Amino acid sequence: MKTGNWDINVGRFFPIVLCLWTAILCLSAGRPLEAATLVPIDVEIIFLSQKVDLPPALSNIDSVPDDAGLMGARIAIGDNNTTGRFLKHKYSLIEETLAADANVAEAFARLASEGGKVFILDLPASSLDIVRNHAKAGQSLLFNTRATDDRFRSKDCHDFLLHTIPSRAMRTDSLAQYLITKRWKDWLLIVGSRPEDELFAQAIRKSAKKFGADIIKEKKWTGEHDARRTAQTEVPLFTQGIDYDVLMVADEIGDFGDYLMYRTWTPRLVAGTQGLVAKAWGRPIEQWGAAQLQERFLKESNRWMLSRDYAAWAAVRTIGEAVTRTKSGSTEEIRKFIASDKFQLAAFKGRKLSFRTWNGQLRMPVAVMSARSVVAQPPLKGYLHQRTELDTLGLDKPESSCGK
Amino acid sequence: MIKTTFSAFLFLLTFTAAATAQTAYVTNEKDDTLSVIDLTKMEVITTIEVGQRPRGVYLSPDNKTLYLCASDDDTIQEIDVETLKVRHELPSGANPETFAISADGKRIYTSNESDNVVTVIDLENRKLAGQIDVGVEPEGMAVSPDGKIVINTSETTNMAHWIDSDSLEIFDNSLVDQRPRHAEFDSEGKQLWVSAEIGGTVSVFDVKNRQEIAKIPFAIKGIHKDRVQPVGIRLSKNGRYAFIALGPANHIAVVDAKTFEVTKYILVGRRVWHMAFTPDQKKLLTTNGVSGDVTVIDVDDLKAVKSIKVGRFPWGVAIRP
Repeated sequence: MKTGNWDINVGRFFPIVLCLWTAILCLSAGRPLEAATLVPIDVEIIFLSQKVDLPPALSNIDSVPDDAGLMGARIAIGDNNTTGRFLKHKYSLIEETLAADANVAEAFARLASEGGKVFILDLPASSLDIVRNHAKAGQSLLFNTRATDDRFRSKDCHDFLLHTIPSRAMRTDSLAQYLITKRWKDWLLIVGSRPEDELFAQAIRKSAKKFGADIIKEKKWTGEHDARRTAQTEVPLFTQGIDYDVLMVADEIGDFGDYLMYRTWTPRLVAGTQGLVAKAWGRPIEQWGAAQLQERFLKESNRWMLSRDYAAWAAVRTIGEAVTRTKSGSTEEIRKFIASDKFQLAAFKGRKLSFRTWNGQLRMPVAVMSARSVVAQPPLKGYLHQRTELDTLGLDKPESSCGK
Repeated sequence: MIKTTFSAFLFLLTFTAAATAQTAYVTNEKDDTLSVIDLTKMEVITTIEVGQRPRGVYLSPDNKTLYLCASDDDTIQEIDVETLKVRHELPSGANPETFAISADGKRIYTSNESDNVVTVIDLENRKLAGQIDVGVEPEGMAVSPDGKIVINTSETTNMAHWIDSDSLEIFDNSLVDQRPRHAEFDSEGKQLWVSAEIGGTVSVFDVKNRQEIAKIPFAIKGIHKDRVQPVGIRLSKNGRYAFIALGPANHIAVVDAKTFEVTKYILVGRRVWHMAFTPDQKKLLTTNGVSGDVTVIDVDDLKAVKSIKVGRFPWGVAIRP
């Protein structure tokens, strides 16, 4: 396990500048006024993704698109290049998708030996662990755009691992802030049988404690029946005799959560992984110019933008922003700038985003959404923090051993 | 239709009765309407239906024609201010957000936010005169008083692009803070002011060498700095003040245009984006999107004197003598 403060320089860095022409070549003569001397920079970003074998979920109305994450990265590359055109900066994306049973360590080593320095890691947690253990400090800049596991933000850290996808804790904290603001404090927690469901449940329990909700009762959903057919008879009995405000569900793959809604014994709301959800991105987000990004994404991809796409977009834009501001393609310069208080990213969330220095998490508002509307966008008014109220969501510095 | 005609008729009556009254035109983004305000009475005298999602709005230099972006109709509408009828729809390119008119009234430069281009329209023959590739999500537009330089700001590229109006080519780019929304030249064309909404700053450039000469931060007691988001900029002709609309901070910053110091914050309606002076520069109107109203500021006293209810999400405002 590697732990370390990613904002302290402990390693060697290699430039990702692949070409440096003389400045004279960049200027075209004959214009009335001439641009300042520009040094060309080529930035190569590797998008490393992996397929995952998922068991069939009972709710099969939305399948995960094959290009989830990738389309977000591609659109951000386009954005970076549109900007880069004016500065002679060029960005390219090397795309690699691994099979579910691929040797991740080997793939990563190969890409690194071919000169890969900046990685967008659209990987499941187990594969992120492999990369984390193989990446040498100082040699690469890694962006986790998929794994929401809190352990990567609390103990399983890496000096140069940044996270642009919100953690489970950020998502459940966001939900908790909203539910507590509404005074819906008594929760019934229903947890699915997969390991990720338990991790989401842990995050819910922690958020409940942090913001003052009570988990009245916890129940396990074992999924012995096809809920599509039997929910009407099963769910009322399953929720009978319990007095609660909100049914919190932990069902990450969408196996049964959707079938809890409207079927509870008493008329109660469902929140968590289904019903009212808190996510980095979703279809209803349109404020703060987000409609423009949604429109661009839809046009390019023929589907709606997912949180994984948003995280990959934000990662590639982070690199673009750092290169633009530092006018440098060196990994070290980029990393230093991202860690500095000068870094800010406008990312359609109504305020500038920056990275937490202790664990590399991109701090951001996390929208609380129903299927067709944004209900709230925590951090909400009244939740204060000495640093920034964005740090009321997710693991705060004292809760994380990263960077110590 | 009947309603509109009748309203227009009523307006004509009112207008004839007070021919000297200053008139303000406010685009209501989520109502697809234009509110017409009589500034003597300080009230809305008529509301007309315009194209979908009206945003940027300006008058022609002779004050006879009102232009507005009907973003979702992919056009700029040309409205006769006497009849309040749409005379023409101009070839603006897709999704125009806002625009600038050259001082000679011959050209419109508009930003097409989903296509990363600026479109040039020749107003004499109402034809497309060119398109210029700019950064991601272009928005703010300005033309220098001599008409030689056109500025576009791109929100995701975070630049002000300097465009030569003869060659229609970009000759320089200035990086500013995150999400630049608006650009404004001073009356002499010596300075360019650019607001960065998410960055929370306004940058001032010397037009001659395009160097940044000031970056103005804002701080309002009791409001988190991330909510202080500068958008609209208006500079008084006498060079004394800059007024900066601070979005969800619900205030207008009054800046000493000589020292670049903020001297005062004036409380207005919610989510204030754009502004316009009355032609005598004695009053300043602000569009407050979330509260759906317009605040009238007395420029001598630097005080908000009146709030006028308009439609849903007022975006821009233009004022006719």
